[in-house]
Amino acid sequence: MNRSAISLTVNGAATTLEAEPRTHLADLLRGGMLLTGTHLGCEHGVCGACTVELDGAPARSCITHAGACDGASVRTIEGFAEDAVMAALRAAFTAEHALQCGYCTPGMLITARDVVLRLPEADEARVREEMAGNLCRCTGYRGIVRAVLRVLEQRRSAAAVA
Amino acid sequence: MKPAAFTYARPADWPEALALLGGGARAQAGGQSLGPMMNLRLAQPGAVADLRHLPGFAGVTVTGATCRIGAGTTHAAIEDGAVPGLLGRILAGVARRIAYRAVRNRGTIGGSFSHADPAADWVAVLPVFMGEAIAFGPAGERRIPLDGFLRGLFETALAPDELLRAIELPLLPAGTRWGHWKFCRKPGEFSKATACVLAVPGAPVRAVLAALDTPPLVIADAGALLLAAPEAEAARIVAGLGPLEPWRAALARTALQRAGLAAREDA
Repeated sequence: MNRSAISLTVNGAATTLEAEPRTHLADLLRGGMLLTGTHLGCEHGVCGACTVELDGAPARSCITHAGACDGASVRTIEGFAEDAVMAALRAAFTAEHALQCGYCTPGMLITARDVVLRLPEADEARVREEMAGNLCRCTGYRGIVRAVLRVLEQRRSAAAVA
Repeated sequence: MKPAAFTYARPADWPEALALLGGGARAQAGGQSLGPMMNLRLAQPGAVADLRHLPGFAGVTVTGATCRIGAGTTHAAIEDGAVPGLLGRILAGVARRIAYRAVRNRGTIGGSFSHADPAADWVAVLPVFMGEAIAFGPAGERRIPLDGFLRGLFETALAPDELLRAIELPLLPAGTRWGHWKFCRKPGEFSKATACVLAVPGAPVRAVLAALDTPPLVIADAGALLLAAPEAEAARIVAGLGPLEPWRAALARTALQRAGLAAREDA
């Protein structure tokens, strides 16, 4: 076992953990910091459940290993508790029944927040394309897409009034 | 779904990266192909050299009529317009359809091209350009034409002691036409057949047919794909590939036809 010190900023707080270089970021967050809001589905970069914000942009935490994260800044779903866009998305997910079991939801929300901020003019086809990297096995996506569109529309209306 | 143990190194400069490579380390850029392969234990490198912090690894510079794209430039940066002009518009359209944004934020053009997965997007597109891959080895930089870079499945013209440092592409003049078609049943999955057609004014029309479990096929004079009825030319090209399953051959022919049609209609 070759453990080494990994320094990270997680949800705004600097921290140093001992880990093997092969430990992936999701296990580092869940096992090392008890931040269990990040979920693991496929563990090979396909399902999107483990999506976190890494150095300011969404990334798969299951295929990014600890060594490569030394010095990185990470924001997990727990780190968005006070975020206004995430609050709007949470409300929209509730209103549109965009989750059942909740397993995919943290990754869905982090991806959706990026879509809302990066693509303010996105229509339904674009939202579906952008959300295609996050798999849900219960809702069938209609509610999820409607929730993202609802927040996009709210923000466009607010911008038009302002 | 956990990788086998490995040691991790982060070279500070290119000579150090080459030294690590010489010591048997596996080069890693964004890790969006190698990471899953390591988790699945399809790849079990004993040592990984993380190239992401090398000076000049990422970034785009234009000198005269040539655009140099650092090997570590992410797909997302290209999608967001890091490459200027008409060339940039073409590359941005390709980048947007690579996997998913979360993957594009980490994955790099050079990492993907030198990984040489036959179904990868840059593998299917870069050989259409009259450009060069810039390799870096013990003797310095070496230029490899893009259409000779890919030698086989997961096999490139890079020597074992070389790394891919940059991709150089010619800027494209006004009037250049472009068509691209990628068959995926779901957005972001690996392509089942990809074709692209590039018509630069005053130069032979070039095309690439790829993602058929073979290295990409470069068609150096593909003008017939721009005809109103490109079916015969598409069929001739696909027949030349040797035996393909019928469904795959049909996808390949259709990808060529649709890329040709898109280029024909690209004003």
